[in-house]
Amino acid sequence: MKLLSKDEAKSICDKVMAMSKADECRVNLSGSRKGNVRYANNSVSTAGLIEDTTLVVSVAFGKKQGSATCNQFDAKSLEAAVRRAEEIARLAPENPEFMPAVGKQDFKASNTFNRNAEAFNPEYRADVAFASIAAAKKAGLQAAGFFNDSIGFDCIANSNGVFGFQELGGLNFTVTTRTDDGRGSGWVNRAAYDPKAFDPRAASEIAIEKALRSVDAKALEPGRYTVVMEPAATNDLLNFMFSAFDARSADEGRSFLSKKGGANRLGDKLFDEQVNVWTDPWDANAPVLPWDQGTMQARARRDLIKGGVITSLDYNRYWAQKQKKEATPPAGNIIMAGGSKSTEELIASTKKGILVTRTWYIRMVDPQSVALTGLTRDGTFYIENGKIKHPIKNFRFNDSPVSMLNNIDELGRPVLIGDTDARKLMIPAMKVRDFNFTSLSDAV
Amino acid sequence: MERRSFLKVAAAAGGTMLVPVFGNAIAAEDLMNPMARKFKKELADAALNAATKAGASYCDVRIGRYLNQFITTRDTRVENIVNTESTGVGVRVIANGAYGFAATNALTVDAVADAARQAVAIARANARLQASPVQLAPVKGVGEVAWQTPFRKDWREVPIKEKADMLLAANKAGLDAGASFMTANLFQVNQQKYFASTDGSYIDQDVHRLWAPFTATAVDKATGKFRTRDGLSSPAGMGYEFFDAKPEHKVRAAGGVTQLYNGGYDIIEDAKAAGKQAREKLSAKSVEPGKYDLVLSPEHLFLTIHENVGHATELDRVLGYEANYAGTSFATLDKWKGRNFKYGSDIVNIVADKTTPGSLGFVGYDDEGVPSKKWDLIRNGILVNYQATRDQAHIIGEKESHGCSYADSWSSVQFQRMPNVSLEAGKKPLSVDDMVKDVKKGIYILGRGSYSIDQQRYNFQFGGQLFYEIKDGKVGQMLNDVAYQSNTQEFWNSCSATCDQRDWRMGGSFFDGKGQPSQVSAVSHGSSTTRFNGINVINTARKID
Repeated sequence: MKLLSKDEAKSICDKVMAMSKADECRVNLSGSRKGNVRYANNSVSTAGLIEDTTLVVSVAFGKKQGSATCNQFDAKSLEAAVRRAEEIARLAPENPEFMPAVGKQDFKASNTFNRNAEAFNPEYRADVAFASIAAAKKAGLQAAGFFNDSIGFDCIANSNGVFGFQELGGLNFTVTTRTDDGRGSGWVNRAAYDPKAFDPRAASEIAIEKALRSVDAKALEPGRYTVVMEPAATNDLLNFMFSAFDARSADEGRSFLSKKGGANRLGDKLFDEQVNVWTDPWDANAPVLPWDQGTMQARARRDLIKGGVITSLDYNRYWAQKQKKEATPPAGNIIMAGGSKSTEELIASTKKGILVTRTWYIRMVDPQSVALTGLTRDGTFYIENGKIKHPIKNFRFNDSPVSMLNNIDELGRPVLIGDTDARKLMIPAMKVRDFNFTSLSDAV
Repeated sequence: MERRSFLKVAAAAGGTMLVPVFGNAIAAEDLMNPMARKFKKELADAALNAATKAGASYCDVRIGRYLNQFITTRDTRVENIVNTESTGVGVRVIANGAYGFAATNALTVDAVADAARQAVAIARANARLQASPVQLAPVKGVGEVAWQTPFRKDWREVPIKEKADMLLAANKAGLDAGASFMTANLFQVNQQKYFASTDGSYIDQDVHRLWAPFTATAVDKATGKFRTRDGLSSPAGMGYEFFDAKPEHKVRAAGGVTQLYNGGYDIIEDAKAAGKQAREKLSAKSVEPGKYDLVLSPEHLFLTIHENVGHATELDRVLGYEANYAGTSFATLDKWKGRNFKYGSDIVNIVADKTTPGSLGFVGYDDEGVPSKKWDLIRNGILVNYQATRDQAHIIGEKESHGCSYADSWSSVQFQRMPNVSLEAGKKPLSVDDMVKDVKKGIYILGRGSYSIDQQRYNFQFGGQLFYEIKDGKVGQMLNDVAYQSNTQEFWNSCSATCDQRDWRMGGSFFDGKGQPSQVSAVSHGSSTTRFNGINVINTARKID
């Protein structure tokens, strides 16, 4: 079915809420048209187009709650979804931590949709794959890539009068280029709201250059090194840390933000003072919905880290009420301040160090310290006297993003990273001291 | 921008995990009525005919109805109960030597015929960029057949209250035994899959799986320390009878340090042990890094097998099709062709199969209509084969597919996924306690912990849930902060002993991710307790302030 307009979406929400016999009713309605093309060994392997619209209806009788979803929008299907949600709510045990639906919210629109995104179509996607493959072929490399795009809308409503509707759109692109003999590999990723801001050929050229330069990697002794981390290389590391910004876990003593004796570390200086991080749904470069889809609370701009000090945590509505704090939904985006330097300029100011393009298979080793392990991949180079000297073999690291943000030397220009998780990140390249590489990997 | 909807559920260590959700919540009574086979055949024939008429040289149709129920609990509360249903049709064709795929949730003859024509159009478009035509290994049509996971108790018929009560009882047992916090979840899956192809097969399968993971967390507020212990259960391709643990399902760990399970699971007993052990971990000795002989329990070793044998022998990775995401593999074709690549020591025999009852990979036929089978991957330490689908079999000189094709939904295109990959038990009689007797300086590791491996499957680092020191042939005190780091080939070549068949049991991965857009699959890995000599152990403790 075609994507719904604001009026059509509102009409469905109103219809659903009118059908409900429960004490309260919440409706999430979202629709999207998602396209993708995948290629490997310089040949397209799969391509797809998925159109879907989904309704989630959540109802409550007292503290008993149930949810149901459907993707058919005739009156009978809508009625069935409401009755199913009510049936589950009646079967569910009472949840003593149940929070009633929020009251009317003030949503200030954010710019999550660019009209140019309507240009996404099968020809556009084929052109992306073609441009990327052609560039790889010309360089004598094998390309394996994935491009996906999405346009759609998000709509929320509840029986207390909450209503919000906003359009969304964007693209993500990654490509790995490899030498035929498998001794060189390079990677790049791009995310954008506007297809005009995305050039598949130029992006692919970066992966190509890295692949060509990464052949004949030398082994460097594992140990602590100064690293220049490209923004995509720290994305997952930071996501692990910001997922632990939950106030309840900290208060309960099971987070790196817990303090001896029971308190949390709000107000403590844990990072270098260059570290400033905030969330802002209206950020010009990484806009997100002005509401939290789960709780339907309005999002606000909020500092998370200021001058290295923890300035706010995520308080869910139950915990906020219990602790007499303001409820703050989890951040929809993470914006980290940086400088004006490019990655190349960070390299130029590095006497000895390692450039990391991408990190891979990152897993929590110890949540007490957010100790993580993972590996470098697809473009790891030794820097000497401000220049890339030679490629080096990949490393496994064991380190914590908390330590990493404490050892900042210099920050580069922030860029938008694809939303692999629920969050969008706008983060700078970072030059970090004493990053802990613990072993070598033979993987290319 | 993932294609799937995801459900956030409470998970290990107080965080959240994303669980794939396929579609609509449903009323319990609707669950029990499968679509009529006659109707499915009618839809399938409409697609096959439309595709053939549009010029396809091959077509397969998958009509799927996917039913899931997830229950999540925390301490004394049920946090969420979700029933989901998704139904639709996926049509795959070959036209002009290229694949095309289209899917629809509209269950009408016209809609599926339309999808078939769309798939042919996409195939024709892709053919222009195709390096060489798709070549399918032959498979004999089997006519109209049916297959069902063997089970005694259908999870769909067990009252929600009974399931919620079991999880809450487990939480209570953990809390009473010393945990500060407990989370317990129950994932239940039923896939009703109808496959038809122009080869003349109409295969109706009814697949059941379940998993009940939990996490016990112990906090010491005075020191600010916390530790967790996850459940030692494995997911199973069984019915709800999995939770009726009988004495014959219980396995004694080496030195009697804890209770383990095989074929049935007492979640309450395990939660009680977990509460106690999570508390014990708070004061356990931090490991001295160095070389140790590792004695790895099947509850732990399954994930090591999964990561450094299972994924490494996926033929699509070897050929470069996953290069941009999951990666490639060190187990390249030249290593297989030479028949002399020493993957492991002589006692390492690793088999792939989709035929073991109770396993997550057990089905009658794969998603290309290929009957399930069993074959060697590593024999006497030598790499001898890979995991292949119909379009890959010719590359490794096989006359038929291994039956490794799988799609996680009717709307996903099928591709190569891992079968069960298991280490054969030792041929000589050897109990776990006898194995430990020969170890001078070692560590006994149980349960799945942190796991990370590079994109070609060389360098890995794995943790666990429980670690015990082995000194002069005896299992001793509990250890903390243990992870081992090694290289796949070195590791398997250091394999020095495997316990016999009496100790053989399966672990499994319920949400194994691969592909772009990402798809999940479930797979089991069996082994008996196995010893690896002289492995590098690191201490994972870090200070951040």
